[in-house]
Amino acid sequence: MIPRRTLLAAGAATLAMPAVLRAQTGKLKIGMVTTLSGPGGYLGADIRDGFQLAMADGKLGGVPVELVIEDDGLKPAQAKQIVNRFINTDGIRLYTGIVFSNVLGTVVGDILDAGGIYVSPNAAPSNLAGKNCNPNYYVVSWQNDSLHESAGQNANLLGHKKMYVLAPNYQAGKDAITGFKRYFKGEIVGESYTSLTQTDYAAEMAQIRAANPDAVFQFHPGGLGIAFIRQYQQAGLLSKIPMVLASPSMDAVILKAVGEAAIGVNVSSHWNSDFDNVANHRFMADFLAKHHRIPTYYASQGYDTGLAIGAALYQTKGKVEDTEVFRSAMLPAQFESVRGKFKFGNNQEPIQDWWGLRVEKDKSGALALVTKGQVFKDHGDAYAKDCKL
Amino acid sequence: MTLLAEQLLNGLQFGVMLFLMAAGLTLVFGVMGLINLAHGSLFMVGAFAAAWVQGQTGSFLLGLLAGLAAAGVTGIAMELVVLRRLYGRDHLDQVVATFGLILFFNEAMAIIFGRQPLTVGIPAWLSGAVQIIPGVPYPVFRLAIIGAGLLVAGGLYWLIGHTRLGMLLRAGATNRDMVRALGVDIGKLTTAVFGLGALLAGLAGVLTGPLLSVQVGMGDRILITTFVVIVIGGLGSVRGAFAGAMLVGMVDTLSRAFLPALLRGVLPVSSADAVAAGLASMSIFILMALVLLLRPRGLFPAHG
Repeated sequence: MIPRRTLLAAGAATLAMPAVLRAQTGKLKIGMVTTLSGPGGYLGADIRDGFQLAMADGKLGGVPVELVIEDDGLKPAQAKQIVNRFINTDGIRLYTGIVFSNVLGTVVGDILDAGGIYVSPNAAPSNLAGKNCNPNYYVVSWQNDSLHESAGQNANLLGHKKMYVLAPNYQAGKDAITGFKRYFKGEIVGESYTSLTQTDYAAEMAQIRAANPDAVFQFHPGGLGIAFIRQYQQAGLLSKIPMVLASPSMDAVILKAVGEAAIGVNVSSHWNSDFDNVANHRFMADFLAKHHRIPTYYASQGYDTGLAIGAALYQTKGKVEDTEVFRSAMLPAQFESVRGKFKFGNNQEPIQDWWGLRVEKDKSGALALVTKGQVFKDHGDAYAKDCKL
Repeated sequence: MTLLAEQLLNGLQFGVMLFLMAAGLTLVFGVMGLINLAHGSLFMVGAFAAAWVQGQTGSFLLGLLAGLAAAGVTGIAMELVVLRRLYGRDHLDQVVATFGLILFFNEAMAIIFGRQPLTVGIPAWLSGAVQIIPGVPYPVFRLAIIGAGLLVAGGLYWLIGHTRLGMLLRAGATNRDMVRALGVDIGKLTTAVFGLGALLAGLAGVLTGPLLSVQVGMGDRILITTFVVIVIGGLGSVRGAFAGAMLVGMVDTLSRAFLPALLRGVLPVSSADAVAAGLASMSIFILMALVLLLRPRGLFPAHG
């Protein structure tokens, strides 16, 4: 009889075999763990579609690549299982795709500890931007706080002196309000924390009307935001008290769902579909031709992430094993971003411009986000100074 | 003062909405002794059907009819196919089976309508706002919800207090076995009760659609609050459901509106907001604990 231990060892060895074989096929594997199901599913789908657009010919930076996509279902535990399988059986070294910060926080440690590289197309929580920054962790999107800092600055530029701020009572909601307050110079006349399970905001509408602010800043992702804006309009507030939002509260999908009620809403963003640069024209044309829908900013981030990785792979000729070599190829960010300008800060998170947008009807009568003016120039984040890289 | 009046209206509207859900749930529990976690799914089915039909035809009234029909038919089918087998079983079996139904309906809606939230417009004749309190424009649609809810409450009061069906319902809630022994077809009665409950849940779903976004899982959120309502009101009692719904609607709305300001008087602003947000979301559960402490069977217990 064969001892059980030997049998197990033999089994493990056979399981490990395919990884070795696959590594020899020549295509570089990139692991994409992203959220494709649930109410937030369109976020991951756009990141995926944007990234795939950047590797339209099956290559990034001239290197043949294979994108291995898995859905985390917005469940950190599920993401952890996927990542461990990617590391241990598929031998993948290069990762991207995660949409939500709580998922990222759970798995990014496993990737980095295994000597892997993570390039974020979206989530970038503050705890990885400061003193816990890592040489193999890159962010192409933005540091989370920047979204809301730009909204605060946008409120200043729009001349609002008294603001009412609202967000759900959880970490990202509190971060949103902290980020907004960091740059807003006027007075906060009211602050409400809603419940994540709440979908009726009548009580908050009445409080806003009573406080009579110059404008309202609110952060309610996905379906919550749609409900909030519609009720805001139904209560007759939108025509009296304007709204200043960060980009997650008014992307192309939310805009479509909210409809005409959204006209006049101010948004701040690092990218918009109407940016006038060659890379963006190409991205918009290719995306519309392939998917027949207006890309959200998530798609633009997926695309930029693909281009950024491509620029690095071009330099290293497709090698990712030596992370120091990869790093020196990645950091110069030699790619044409759809945002126009892009560079990495010392914590390997973006330094970029932010823009004020407004919801208007375009020439054809369709609702669109229209770029109005600059909010921040070369904006980094508040945590970079604590990063010793 | 106008703020308080407006918040009272909001509380009333939320309470009425909860009553529509709670009435059906408590009737089903009272007459059949069944815990139906899938009641929220009927709410969702009604909302989805109405949203879809209204999207196709542009008519709110057709959507309303479709939502009611879909919820009623789904409810009756649910009773005939699944729940009928569960009346004799203990509550844990019922909870497991109806929880399975929640998963089934959520997934079914995702397959049919997709994961993205649907939105429903308010018909022109119900949009806009009127100043029923001077200086405070209040959305007409919310007033319509209050009206519809109070109308249903009146109708149920008449149905239960002054008709033969109501008499059977009350008798069934008091002593199910005795009603059966007296020769009443309890099978037909239960199907009727279940259909009625499903209709009310569907109505709540249809009326909620234009306020919120219609999405998969929307019924699960309101279900928990609905259970709080019927526990406060007393299991099986429609009168209790009404009282409980009003109490919960008011307490939830008013605590969200006024706790932050009250606490800012005694605590520093930053911690006052955090504590108030926490307390406000707990308020209805604190209310439930208090009611159960003083009246362990709820405000209007049905079983003597």
